[in-house]
Amino acid sequence: MDFELNDTQRLVQQTARDFAQKTILPVAAAIDKEERFPADVMRGLAELGLLAVNVPERLGGAEAGTVSYALAMMEVARTCASCAVTMAVTNMVGEVIARFGTPAQAEKYCRGLADGSLVAGAFALSEPEAGSDPGSMRTSARKVGDQWILDGQKQWITSGAHAGVMVVWARTGGPGTGGISCFLVEKGTKGLIIGKHEDKMGLRGSNTVGLAFDGCAVPESALLGELGGGFKIAMMALDGGRIGISSQAIGIASAALDEAVAYAKDRKQFGKPIAEFQAMQWQIADCRTELDAARLLCFRAAALKEAGKPHAKEASMSKVYSTEAAVRICNRSVQIHGGYGYTREFAAERHLRDVRVTTIYEGTSEIQRTVIARSVLR
Amino acid sequence: MDLELTEEQQMMRDTARDFAQKEVAPKAAELDKTGRWPSEIVARMGEMGLMGVAIPAEHGGAGMDAISYALAMEEMCAACASSGVIMSVNNSLYCDPINKYGTPAQKERWLAPYASGKKLGCFGLTEPMSGSDAQTMATFAERKGDKWVINGSKNWITNGPHADTILVFCITERPAGGTAENPGGKVKHTAFLVDRGTKGYTQAKHDEKLGIHAAHSCTVFFENVEVSDEHRLGPVGDGFKVAMSTLDGGRIGIASQALGIARAAFEKATAYAKERKSFGTVIANHQAIAFMLADMATEIDAARLLIWRAAAMKDKGVRHTTESAIAKLFASEMATRVAHKAIQIHGGYGYSQEFAVERHYRDARITEIYEGTSEIQRIVIAANTLK
Repeated sequence: MDFELNDTQRLVQQTARDFAQKTILPVAAAIDKEERFPADVMRGLAELGLLAVNVPERLGGAEAGTVSYALAMMEVARTCASCAVTMAVTNMVGEVIARFGTPAQAEKYCRGLADGSLVAGAFALSEPEAGSDPGSMRTSARKVGDQWILDGQKQWITSGAHAGVMVVWARTGGPGTGGISCFLVEKGTKGLIIGKHEDKMGLRGSNTVGLAFDGCAVPESALLGELGGGFKIAMMALDGGRIGISSQAIGIASAALDEAVAYAKDRKQFGKPIAEFQAMQWQIADCRTELDAARLLCFRAAALKEAGKPHAKEASMSKVYSTEAAVRICNRSVQIHGGYGYTREFAAERHLRDVRVTTIYEGTSEIQRTVIARSVLR
Repeated sequence: MDLELTEEQQMMRDTARDFAQKEVAPKAAELDKTGRWPSEIVARMGEMGLMGVAIPAEHGGAGMDAISYALAMEEMCAACASSGVIMSVNNSLYCDPINKYGTPAQKERWLAPYASGKKLGCFGLTEPMSGSDAQTMATFAERKGDKWVINGSKNWITNGPHADTILVFCITERPAGGTAENPGGKVKHTAFLVDRGTKGYTQAKHDEKLGIHAAHSCTVFFENVEVSDEHRLGPVGDGFKVAMSTLDGGRIGIASQALGIARAAFEKATAYAKERKSFGTVIANHQAIAFMLADMATEIDAARLLIWRAAAMKDKGVRHTTESAIAKLFASEMATRVAHKAIQIHGGYGYSQEFAVERHYRDARITEIYEGTSEIQRIVIAANTLK
């Protein structure tokens, strides 16, 4: 039993922290306010190896493991959650291609995702009418000659307008989860239509769009993994993705707590800093306790994934707990800041808007509970 | 980052689980109902090394680490929380400070027989008028030549009615003009070991409580109790430090107790949900029930990780005051929530003594109070976070 970080993990954490604090933090409020896609930040992250933390070195990645990835995500999310989710999806796409792709596919895309030349990766699973129930998706892929023709719509696609490559799920067989396959679609492919940018409550710097596939033709070589094996790839990717979103939530919440602590020590009422009132101390103690619990659940899931062990239940536990705790923590941070917490003068309100999505995307809390319950009731 | 148990730790867990499930669990309901002191279980715990898990073998203990202790506590409390707290008081609150602060002679006399389960210890800090605010205690030890004379009383002393020795905390110095009621200014505390049978040391009848019925506690009285200086544990004036560092370890024990109770409640709720039918299906198939179970499982796992983190720090000799407080606060409040949900899942049966979950609920409730209330844990955590 050892809860300490190893040298690699500490190095990744420090590298991410330095970059995030020096380069991202000063522009985080502007990224949010101007809904600016953080292209510069993504280039910086690429230079540090943080867009492919857990991708093999031979494919251009940092090969630093899942715990390192979680640590890097936490540090970036502490400064800018929009940057963090863009980073998370890119890492996830790189990992999926490295794991399930042919050597040619991996060679073609992983390096470009890692070095930033593909800008970002995107993960196109959800549809307007298929969210928690991806097995009901309607997007189809037909084999015509040596090509696959994709038709249908995808929804809530992070980085959809910027991603150099996206992983797209489509139905190639009968109904249900067994008839789904996975394809790699490059930016600019004819028949791939980028929809309008979603106007969101938070993560305003991350790009979220709907996609339409209108007779979108991709070569035979675009099939990722086995024909009909798409659902399995999606679920495995999401197990890892949930560690990423847990880390994002933890990062946002730790910023919210740090700021609440600083404010509580500074702000005076009734003749003393509000930190001296138990009403404030209690909220801060609960934030700290829940944040520590979230971190440990996240590290456990990451350590299991890194060791190649089953981690679906643990990733779901990490996600549901971390994200719901993070929402509570960000909410308390606004409360501790009082009226100032409701203004854009302080970051507390941005954290609350940003964190709210974490209980929804990459599997809602309800889906996580379904996964956990299924496992414990077995 | 390595969250696996060592082989030794797994063995401790398995041995404790086997013993707890086979020999203790079948008696738990009867112990709760009658409030009988489980002397045969206390004896068996001693034989199995459970009364001094993390005490070195040369001092009569099992020579294991704090994580093993946490594992053993979880297992014992999953079977019977009363037996568990008897064990935890002897391990964490009695043996641990003697192992840390005792002289070789003291260890021989007051540690080895207790860590091996031949004798039983208890811990006297709380007083009728001094709970969370432990420094305001009134019990006083006055130096008279080479002797100390102790006067005062302590209450809620778990194991008190049966213990062979009490580790008792007394004021030994108060500013001039100070009284027991109003010491005025800074007082100094010192810890002493007082044996049962010492003249003037008496025990009241044991307390009637909401839960942990078989773990007897009582008020104890000191009336001109004379002990020699050999009974003093640690330096004069360091008593409060001894008490607080002892509680850092004790909180790992109580957090583990809460975890064990919660796990038992969760396991029973899971089994019941798979059996009980409503609306044409087992209730586990209803999301209302399944989601409660998912939350229970998640919080149980989180508590266990927080406990293991604090225990791992204790094993490394790193200060773990905040981490122990976090583990204790989270685990104890979690246990109450989990036991509450376990009753809800059982419906009317959960409220009856036919099922054990109502006992788990009553037993869990104390974990938020003793060895530092949730409020004290929050003070500790907030102070560290606001540093």
